[in-house]
Amino acid sequence: MSDTHTIDGDHEEPSRRDFIYIATGVTAAIGAGALAWPMVMQMTAASDTLAAGSIEIDVSKLEEGQQIKVLWRGKPIFVRYRTPKEIAEADSVDIATLRDPQTDNERLVPDFAGALNPKILVMIGVCTHFGCIPIGEAGDFDGWYCPCHGSHYDTSGRIRKGPAPKNLVIPEYAYISDTVIKVG
Amino acid sequence: MSGHSTYEPKYAAEKWIDKRLPIIRMGVDFMHFPSPRNLNYWYAFGGILALCLMSQILTGIILAMHYTPTAEEAFNSVQRIRRDVPFGWLLQSMHAVGASMFFLAVYIHMFRGLFYGSYKAPRELLWIIGCAIYLAMMATGFLGYTLPWGQMSFWGATVITGFFGAIPFVGESLQQWLLGGYSVGDPTLQRFFSLHYLLPFVIAALVGLHVWAVHHVGQNNPIGIDVKNKEDTLSFHPFYTMKDGFAIGVFLMIFALFVFYLPDALGHADNYQRANPMVTPPHIVPEWYFLPYYAILRAVPDKLMGIMLMFGAIVVLFVLPWLDTSKVRSMRFRPTTRRFFYIFLFMCFVLGWCGANSPDDIAIPMGEGGMTFKWLSRIGTLYYFAFFLFLLPVLGWVEKTKPLPDSITKAINDGEA
Repeated sequence: MSDTHTIDGDHEEPSRRDFIYIATGVTAAIGAGALAWPMVMQMTAASDTLAAGSIEIDVSKLEEGQQIKVLWRGKPIFVRYRTPKEIAEADSVDIATLRDPQTDNERLVPDFAGALNPKILVMIGVCTHFGCIPIGEAGDFDGWYCPCHGSHYDTSGRIRKGPAPKNLVIPEYAYISDTVIKVG
Repeated sequence: MSGHSTYEPKYAAEKWIDKRLPIIRMGVDFMHFPSPRNLNYWYAFGGILALCLMSQILTGIILAMHYTPTAEEAFNSVQRIRRDVPFGWLLQSMHAVGASMFFLAVYIHMFRGLFYGSYKAPRELLWIIGCAIYLAMMATGFLGYTLPWGQMSFWGATVITGFFGAIPFVGESLQQWLLGGYSVGDPTLQRFFSLHYLLPFVIAALVGLHVWAVHHVGQNNPIGIDVKNKEDTLSFHPFYTMKDGFAIGVFLMIFALFVFYLPDALGHADNYQRANPMVTPPHIVPEWYFLPYYAILRAVPDKLMGIMLMFGAIVVLFVLPWLDTSKVRSMRFRPTTRRFFYIFLFMCFVLGWCGANSPDDIAIPMGEGGMTFKWLSRIGTLYYFAFFLFLLPVLGWVEKTKPLPDSITKAINDGEA
């Protein structure tokens, strides 16, 4: 492409004009890229959206078998005080049979004293299929059932049946006292 | 077809303009475009669609003067348009019903093209541009449905943007990039509004290319053979302007019936509830014109596979000109293919029916149980793809077609067209 032809058709070394063509083209390409980048990146989440990140939830008022929903980052957080039966069901599953293998304990965090508390289960209440909110104490596994496309989750929020590929997500959270958790 | 102009400027001013910008010539040639003389009413939908696009743009621009694209105010502002803005009820209804009418017309237009083989050489690009218009229409329809910020708007947007989250590796960041946050919210609504306003003009530009292409290669016709001479054609005006005009009149009567008497019939009751990120409606369904694709999406238990099939259902349309191997365009002369076409048409309705229902409900009762919508949509999906990827290629080779008439005029004189 950058070859120039003399009148008698001989090839010459690239000329200064070739250099200017290429340099102009490269400059224009870099300029277009530099312009496109901010135009693409403006669509990512804004700083204030990202900053609205953490909430504290008091779990002491929950009674056995109760669940609360709290809005966090535009999505509901499920906090469930599980019954002994539900905990037993969650523990008794052979994890080799799971689509997204996780033990129940892997889905818990240490409480303020440093021990795992299987009674309180905290999850993002968003179906991993297409983002609907599953219904509690429903489905074939006593856990959650998503009405949109029929995904069944067990008492640990693990996917057991239906189209969802993953377990209900455990948010990043920690106990900041005996009774209060901080999400995010 | 194109290239010869019959326009002769009469007055000095016309001549002056014609030398400098032959815009009158372009308009006159457009109106006198030689069209096959056997076009039936299925060919009126091009004109009807142009009208739909203009109506949507006009009503949309007006609605944008009263609409507030924020999560806080969007729902209320649409209700205000319907109740308080003078004639807002009419314009909002025309726009919402108009979207359905637009899709109704485009589906008829597409099935017409499929039946008469309007995608075959030399009309491949014409067809592909049409597919691009359809794709842009679907994007516009989806974005627009989000704007009233009802429950279906919100959850529809959540589910559809969730598709992108299924893409391996980049999915999650891509989804967040589309939404402008962790979930569907204010930033999402504002960008959807902006893009919903933009895309119709992209569609208008594509329509320009579509019309240019049809004027370059000439219209197909119900018997699918080429125009041989001037005798086979009629001037677009007054012959087809009148015919299209009558069809538009009938179409507008149906349109008006919905606008004035059934403005909400094609919508969903849940969308009169304000968007609530804490509650999913018990049964999320898209607008009726997306139902067949929704059924395909849910036909398979795997998330990524479902999405790929759904997009694949549109991709096959783009490559259709190379899937159908038959040299004969019109299915009037393809008795076997025609039967499979009618089954295809039926299956599209079946898929639509499946999309409107819960996958695990019984569709066809049989004894104690019956066939669920999930299985019915699997049959429909299988047929949909088999029609394009197996039947059309194979039938083109094996089918014995009926003899084609010598010319359009002869076919008319013999009572065949």
